[in-house]
Amino acid sequence: MASTDGAIKEPILAADGTPLKQALRRSQARERRAAFLLVAPLLLFILIVFAVPIASMIWRSVYNPEVRNFLPQTAAALQEWDGEDVPPEPVFQAMAADMIVGVEKRTIGRAAARINREIPGARSRMMRTAREVDEWSAPYREKFLEADERWSDLDFWRLLKRETRLVTPAYYLLALDYEYTADGEIRPRPEVYRIYKALFWRTAWMSMLITGICILLAYPISYLMATQPARVANLLLILVLLPFWTSLLVRTSAWIVLLQQQGVINELLVALDIIDSRGRLRMIYNRTGTIIAMTHILLPFMVLPLYSVMKTIPPSYLRAAKSLGAHPFRAWWRVYFPLTIPGLAAGCILVFILAIGYYITPALVGGDSGIFISNLIAQNMQGSSAQLKLAAALATILLVAVLVVYWVFNKLVGVDKLKFG
Amino acid sequence: MKRVLILTGSVAAIALGGAVAQDQQLTIVSWGGAYSNSQIKAYHEPYTEKTGVKIVNEDKSANALAGIRAQVEADNVTWDIVDMLQADAQRACDEGLLEIIDHDEWLAPAPDGTPASEDFIEGQLGDCYVPQILYATMFAYNTEAFPDGGPQTIGDIWDVEKFPGTRALQQIPQKNLEWALIADGVPDEEVYEVLATPEGQDRAFAKLDEIKDHVIWWSEGAQPPQMLADKEAVIATAYNGRIFNAQVNEDQPFEIIWDRQMLESDGWVVPVGNEDKMELIRDYLYFATDTQRLADQAKYISYGPARASSAPLVGTFEDTDIDMKPHMPTNPENLETAVTFDVQFWTDYGDALEERFNAWVAG
Repeated sequence: MASTDGAIKEPILAADGTPLKQALRRSQARERRAAFLLVAPLLLFILIVFAVPIASMIWRSVYNPEVRNFLPQTAAALQEWDGEDVPPEPVFQAMAADMIVGVEKRTIGRAAARINREIPGARSRMMRTAREVDEWSAPYREKFLEADERWSDLDFWRLLKRETRLVTPAYYLLALDYEYTADGEIRPRPEVYRIYKALFWRTAWMSMLITGICILLAYPISYLMATQPARVANLLLILVLLPFWTSLLVRTSAWIVLLQQQGVINELLVALDIIDSRGRLRMIYNRTGTIIAMTHILLPFMVLPLYSVMKTIPPSYLRAAKSLGAHPFRAWWRVYFPLTIPGLAAGCILVFILAIGYYITPALVGGDSGIFISNLIAQNMQGSSAQLKLAAALATILLVAVLVVYWVFNKLVGVDKLKFG
Repeated sequence: MKRVLILTGSVAAIALGGAVAQDQQLTIVSWGGAYSNSQIKAYHEPYTEKTGVKIVNEDKSANALAGIRAQVEADNVTWDIVDMLQADAQRACDEGLLEIIDHDEWLAPAPDGTPASEDFIEGQLGDCYVPQILYATMFAYNTEAFPDGGPQTIGDIWDVEKFPGTRALQQIPQKNLEWALIADGVPDEEVYEVLATPEGQDRAFAKLDEIKDHVIWWSEGAQPPQMLADKEAVIATAYNGRIFNAQVNEDQPFEIIWDRQMLESDGWVVPVGNEDKMELIRDYLYFATDTQRLADQAKYISYGPARASSAPLVGTFEDTDIDMKPHMPTNPENLETAVTFDVQFWTDYGDALEERFNAWVAG
């Protein structure tokens, strides 16, 4: 406050006579504008290809327009219904009117498809009735029940009433193996339908295992690279980077050639009489295949940050510790290891986050016991069952899981301490 | 200045040329591989020769339903004609994604004048759908794996003692569940009735459980012949045309088990949203689904033409002396124990059973 008062009392002037403060503000604003214009293309790019698609994905995972848009009169009439008994005549009348419009506009199938997901068989019943309904006249209730007694099914009508809401949690519940009954009760799905929760867990533990194996393999090789003379270190670095520069698909296919039952390793073991031809090892199209191939593919992401950190640790530290009487292991554990943590942590978060979203490698070598949640997301996006909304819900959950991992990691290690290389 | 003029002139010419070609171009979506090749040779090439219309192929039929939904929803339909399975075509038609086809108006009559609606094999034409071929999904095996004679019936597939080795099955519930029930003793004609009940579904999955440890899964039609050739699997379900292709073109020692083959049709649909090109699309469909063209396709792949009038015209394989008739799924001998795939059942129960199947596979 005081300084403002001072400025009013005796303003310092710039060369052109304007108050210095104003001139400064103006020139800073110009710089800020310039800076903003420079990053504007990137911001726009991120907005268009990143923020908007994610927002639209999240919206899709809860958006539920079918019944409300394609059976609008029924939806309105059902609001009056108490859910206790077969709905009264006005509901059937509304349904008949909706069906006539729906057949003409060819939208009735979409509403029927939505209901059919919850009640198998409902589609053909609705479609059949819809084709006949324009020849009927009031009262409709008897006609519907006469045509198919399943029109008196209370669960169908309760479900329809529930589905009139524009926003639904149904897809998130499905994505976590819960279901949402016609009465609005939430309960676990029957055992035979449960899959997603198990897949989320599998994705998590296998990613952790892969991260762990990467640490075990990358730590010694990085240490070797950091301590060898430049010539040897460069050669090792190229050996690490060479596969990194090779296409992911090529590397995965190479593993198929090596690991399959008629592949290089099995042939070799059979030729050496170590295994019988009937007892060929199954190393691919299962969990083992996914773990081997993904460890290999993600290894450079662990080696590089570790190497870059280890290179900066002066060897004299270890020598000093040993000369002060520490056992070599103790010297390594108390002096060297803590100094490598920034690289190790960076490697872990890179490998783990890449691993839990991995798609192509598990799809190619995972068989059925080695696939990840991303493969099920893809499965729900294509094929004839195309459940885009369930895929959107699964993907949103995965996104949130990654953010949570990142947050926990930040609390534990601190993202500002990371060294990516 | 002169140079600039020439440049603009040529740019305009290119743009104009592009526009003309655009009008005379059809994007046709199909399955790729040997199947697309048979269509190119039997339909596309003769049509281009006759009319000069350029045909662009896209191998996206495996995701046809999802693709059409997305294109129609975005109001940006780039596919003119799509090759699709009948069950998916029915769903897409119900959802209003496809043009309704008046069969007798859109399609050529048989040479003897029989209207199209009577010439096509019964039950195969759909409101939005024109079938081209009938194909079988059935079991096949590598004879080298069974020197003392291979499996002959569906029951044998489940007999892992007598016929040891890996089985490759398609990673979908369709057909696998039917076969499981048949292997479990359900009479053919009651299969869908049983499968509609929860107990029947439990029974089918329990039967599949028996061989689950001996199964690997495939998803693309080209995979099973490859798996059999590599001996990754000794028995596989496959499309009969793919096995025929491997037998004839690659000389593979494969044998088809026609017992309980499942017949389905595959055909054309027209997504809505291409009204301005409708004349061209209809002209192509009229040409490509006539009696001679359907018979021609059977020259290149062993799938049965969907018109009754085409059957007598089916000849030999690609100018060789291999008679195509015994390789056709519609050959009476091969049809003896065939099971007809129930499209209506799967449009109703597909969603639920697919979910359960996926959970079962991954579990």
